[in-house]
Amino acid sequence: MNSLAELSSNLLYIAFFFYFAATVFYILSVTGRQFRNKEGDVKKNRWGTWGYIATVIGVVFAFGYFFTRWAAGGHPPVSNMFEYTAFLAICFSLAFVVINGIYKSNVLGLFTIPVIMLIIAYASVFSTEIAPLVPSLQSNWLAIHVITVALAQGILAVSFGAGLVYLVRTLDLSGKKMTKRTFGIEFIMYTLLTGLAFVILTNVFEATNYEAQFTYVNEQGEDAEKTYNLPAIIGPNEGVLETEDRFSPIFYAPDWIISEDLNTVVWSFGSGFLLYWVIRLIGRNRRISAMLQPLLKGVKPQTVDELSYRAIAIGFPLFALGGLAFAMIYAQIAWTRFWGWDPKEVWALITFFFYAAYLHLRLSRNWIGERSAWLAVIGFAIIMFNLIFVNLVIAGLHSYA
Amino acid sequence: MKEKEIICECGHVNPYGTEVCGSCGKPLVKNDSNELLNMRYEGAARRSQTYNKSIIDKVWNFFSSVKVGITIIVVILIASALGTIFPQELFIPPGQDAATYYAEEHGWAGELYYTLGFHNLYGSWWYMLLITALGISILIASIDRFFPLYKALKNQRVTRHEKFMSRQRIFGRSTVSDQDETMNKAVSLLRKKRYKIFEENGNVLAEKARWARWGPYVNHIGLIIFLVGAMLRFFPGMYVDANMWVREGETVPVPGTSQDYYLENLQFDVELYDEDDERFQGAMQAAPGAEHIETFRTHSILYMPTDESTVGAGRELEAISEQEIEVNSPLYFDNYSVYQLDYKLNELSAMSFDVEDRETGESAGSFTVDLNNPEDYYTLDNGEEVYIYDYFANFIINDAGEPTTENNVPDNPAFIFEMTNEDGEEELTFIRIQRNFEIRDDEDDPHQYAFTFAGIDTNHVTGLKVRKDLTLPFLIAGGSIFLLGLLQGSYWPHRRVWLQRENDGEILIAAHTNKNWESIKKEIRSVTDQTELSEPVDQTDEEYEKEYKEKDNL
Repeated sequence: MNSLAELSSNLLYIAFFFYFAATVFYILSVTGRQFRNKEGDVKKNRWGTWGYIATVIGVVFAFGYFFTRWAAGGHPPVSNMFEYTAFLAICFSLAFVVINGIYKSNVLGLFTIPVIMLIIAYASVFSTEIAPLVPSLQSNWLAIHVITVALAQGILAVSFGAGLVYLVRTLDLSGKKMTKRTFGIEFIMYTLLTGLAFVILTNVFEATNYEAQFTYVNEQGEDAEKTYNLPAIIGPNEGVLETEDRFSPIFYAPDWIISEDLNTVVWSFGSGFLLYWVIRLIGRNRRISAMLQPLLKGVKPQTVDELSYRAIAIGFPLFALGGLAFAMIYAQIAWTRFWGWDPKEVWALITFFFYAAYLHLRLSRNWIGERSAWLAVIGFAIIMFNLIFVNLVIAGLHSYA
Repeated sequence: MKEKEIICECGHVNPYGTEVCGSCGKPLVKNDSNELLNMRYEGAARRSQTYNKSIIDKVWNFFSSVKVGITIIVVILIASALGTIFPQELFIPPGQDAATYYAEEHGWAGELYYTLGFHNLYGSWWYMLLITALGISILIASIDRFFPLYKALKNQRVTRHEKFMSRQRIFGRSTVSDQDETMNKAVSLLRKKRYKIFEENGNVLAEKARWARWGPYVNHIGLIIFLVGAMLRFFPGMYVDANMWVREGETVPVPGTSQDYYLENLQFDVELYDEDDERFQGAMQAAPGAEHIETFRTHSILYMPTDESTVGAGRELEAISEQEIEVNSPLYFDNYSVYQLDYKLNELSAMSFDVEDRETGESAGSFTVDLNNPEDYYTLDNGEEVYIYDYFANFIINDAGEPTTENNVPDNPAFIFEMTNEDGEEELTFIRIQRNFEIRDDEDDPHQYAFTFAGIDTNHVTGLKVRKDLTLPFLIAGGSIFLLGLLQGSYWPHRRVWLQRENDGEILIAAHTNKNWESIKKEIRSVTDQTELSEPVDQTDEEYEKEYKEKDNL
């Protein structure tokens, strides 16, 4: 790794640190106000401003990472899973800085910056090496297309943050009984915690160099080998553990399943579940959203709703431009056709249709407030699905990671 | 039957179905309520909301419904997602039969997928039908809304009914010492904020970016042009999509051009990334032995036949241009594009053979066969001739057990050579790579002439894609109009502020915007801060306080 690339990754660490600081400041800004209220002090605390400043500095360092890596590799750093996912998180933070410049909502910071950190951490699970570009990616359209898409998705992600704030603020979370709504909001919390669990697990076991070798029988009925980087709960088909002192599988997967991936999924969802319940029990068995709700006092739902809508109103045209128009121009030049029903293309179209439906429901059917907030959450889920699932599981021209 | 028109107290004649008077804004339905006014389409009458008699009315109403439009969008969305569960037919490995592939690869689910026709979902008649329905819905819904909205905004009067004012989301009542002065000050402040000012009887309407309201209709026009453009592809002559493989040194007609153009592959190159490139060390060491292709390109010459030459072999060609065709850098000519898509390195191009005369023990000579263009016979040094009795470019034994060729690509060439020996007998020899046997009448009687395989020559083949797409201009026009309309409708808010004098020295202020209320409130605040006007309230604040004040204090 040359020195510029090293500088680049250090800048990303620094950015991450500032995002962390911003999170702390935002926590103080929302919790701090309450304390003062009890003392009868009406003066607002300044922590929110510090949170905003820390985020801005984080964004500056993050773009420092982006451009130094561009210089180090000689191509825009948006060409594999690590690079794109990290850049999406950076655009998310940039969009937050711009939109929150208008609305100045500290709770929005509290809800979005941790998600941004989570996405960066998730990105770093993938290989961070600068890889040479395959021929079709060597085009100025790569930068134009991907950067526009990332910006658009970053802006749309802000609408998710605001939607989440809206839901936690307005839903009735006090009842003991589970309803569709309380299940939905807790499912979002659980999903975020699963992401966190995945990131922590992969990093911990990578730091300890955990490796377990298996011999197994593959789909073709031949003997083969594979390596697990997490302790095997689910072993490969007829797997035999070859490394000593390693955890022995409890279940064995059939041959047509990629068992190490399933194992990782089981680990993540399992630890996410554990994490969720630990937090819940610490909070005296209240729902996580119910624990957060008191922090959102004084937030006017209409304002958060407007913010969420505004993010979509800005992000949607940009997504149509980058994710469809620029994508078609680029595909026409690089892949000889502007549209080819590649899974990633289809999912970009689905994203487009989804937000189009959102806008029509909102503008013509009066779906504002809660319904609009749920849709903003689902929209972000589609974006993440297209990033993670379509790239890694459904094979296609875009799966380059 | 002509429906009854609605005459408002201000004297304006509104068409049947109007909810808010097009002139003064008096609410015509539920006019004793104090709820906020529904300002969608300005409360104008729309055809679809008014008539429901004839078949045409019913079809019109069906497609003009946004609910129906959204349903179509959602159905397309779900259908599109279904198409990505398993790969579409065009992505399954070439040569595989879809009928068996899905069942073998994905079990019963795959079989179901195939049976339902989802393997070719995006080309299915019902997917096309859905897209068509969406197009019709867009068209009718836009017409149904645009004209009433346009008229309503054009006819709006400055002076509004008091109910109209008080039922706006932003509304305030101010007592001022001097109505004239306050009004003038407010107007000049609004003007500075780029509002267009309309005055009537001392009342004011300040408006900006009304044109943003046309955005949705502009983008829908763009979409319709795009969809029509996409449909044009099904007309013959609009669209060409052909593959061509050209060996180095070969000149072939460009498929799809009715032999109007020929292309020669002078040279084909593949370039790899430098393994010592400092930038990529980490990635290259992670995948040792992997090839990192930097680029591949065809050095080509494009020809046109001269006018005199007739169609057929041996036409006289005239070079038009010489160009490198590379990934991301196609060759463009006369509505055609030729793309670098694929390649095949080191395809066999020629084979050489030595022939020995077993009688004398000396060499009878050598010959070389051009595998893509073999001669009928070759003359050896000793004057004898070798005939090609049979040639299989890509040798296989077929189901009937007979030797044959799979295609004419020389991947596995095989020959049967024929020579006549001194006794006048014909000798047949079968040769392919690592196989060589003489077809003898008597096992123990070897031929006079013995063939041995002497060497091969190889050649690179470039894989090119030829395209012509005359629908592109429509798609570009439609796409651009769509994006501009989207921009127009999304990035500019239509804002209106009404200032109205009351007899008792009061001034009423009301405001409406189609989006971004926080921003219009900020603008009005800066006006009220600098005048005697008091800041109007956001009436949703009252709702909010009613609902949350108690809860928050718990």
